[in-house]
Amino acid sequence: MTLTQQIITIGMVVLGTVLTRFLPFLLFPADKPTPRYIQYLGKALPSAVFGLLVVYCLKNVSPLSGSHGIPEFLSIMAVAALHLWKRQMLISIAGGTVCYMLLVQLVF
Amino acid sequence: MEGEKTCAGGREQKKVLRDAFQAAFPHTIPIFAGFWFLGLTYGIYMNVSGFSFWYPMLMSLTIFAGSMEFVTVNLLVGAFDPLQALAMTLMINARHLFYGISMLGKYRGHGWKDVYLIFGMCDESFSINYTAEIPEGVDRGWFMFFVTLLNQLYWFSGSTLGGIFGSLIHFNTKGLDFVMTAMFVVIFLEQWLKEKRHVSALTGIGLSLLCLLAFGPEHFIIPAMLAILGTLTLLGKPMEADGSSGGDGK
Repeated sequence: MTLTQQIITIGMVVLGTVLTRFLPFLLFPADKPTPRYIQYLGKALPSAVFGLLVVYCLKNVSPLSGSHGIPEFLSIMAVAALHLWKRQMLISIAGGTVCYMLLVQLVF
Repeated sequence: MEGEKTCAGGREQKKVLRDAFQAAFPHTIPIFAGFWFLGLTYGIYMNVSGFSFWYPMLMSLTIFAGSMEFVTVNLLVGAFDPLQALAMTLMINARHLFYGISMLGKYRGHGWKDVYLIFGMCDESFSINYTAEIPEGVDRGWFMFFVTLLNQLYWFSGSTLGGIFGSLIHFNTKGLDFVMTAMFVVIFLEQWLKEKRHVSALTGIGLSLLCLLAFGPEHFIIPAMLAILGTLTLLGKPMEADGSSGGDGK
């Protein structure tokens, strides 16, 4: 690929990314009432999206091979337990990550 | 007098900025760990793929969408095909549409900051800005601005350093990438604890898992999004009618 072709390729990726981010704001401008259906989606979607993001992070875990997803499972349990106990975001995240690192470096 | 006034105004403005920064920064600490790790990995990946550090540096500033930047490396070493590049980007980043719909209320009314907020709406910035309880008296626009800016700064510095020092870095960071998973688990939990009905959360987890099983890790996002959208649309009618269980049939 020449430099120009590289710039065009990267430009296309920038364009696509910007489009996906700005489109809803352009389709439903502030000065017009947003359709009720879209308002409903705006409230209902986030919980589902956070679920999707958790699954997305774990997409390459295979329960049938390697460590069978055991370190991931145990560490998520640790994150949840810490969070329900202390409700301190940083403690839950740091604790779960250290737990995971110890498991994959020393145990599995 | 005039001078005193602007001086006091400047001081006040500084305080607004400082308060917003101090409130925003702690929320971004996990992202710092995660983005430095992923950013370094990405920079190293570009480095070993034969690109100078300018590439990850400029791409982290202009694209600022982690997974897409990894894919772009493949696009750059493959045959020149701009339309395919655009189509792939739209597919991989389609989830931003959901973020935008959710942020229609929050990312508005902050002037020029809104443009940057929307431009920098990656998974992490969206998640924090959607769920964070911004303390009373802290400017919401600046808070969300600093969350987005800090996140991009972490990603930018990580990927640039990875691009420069890529081949020299050797330390045992195995498993550090779990910090991102842990963060999304916490955000999911926080949302769960806040809401009364868990239909949407369960729909999201359940359908994503089903689609992951059915379509595999590389192709499950779009089907999962469509399934979530369809299900929430079907569930929406009875929910809006508030308890009157749908009245389907007649």
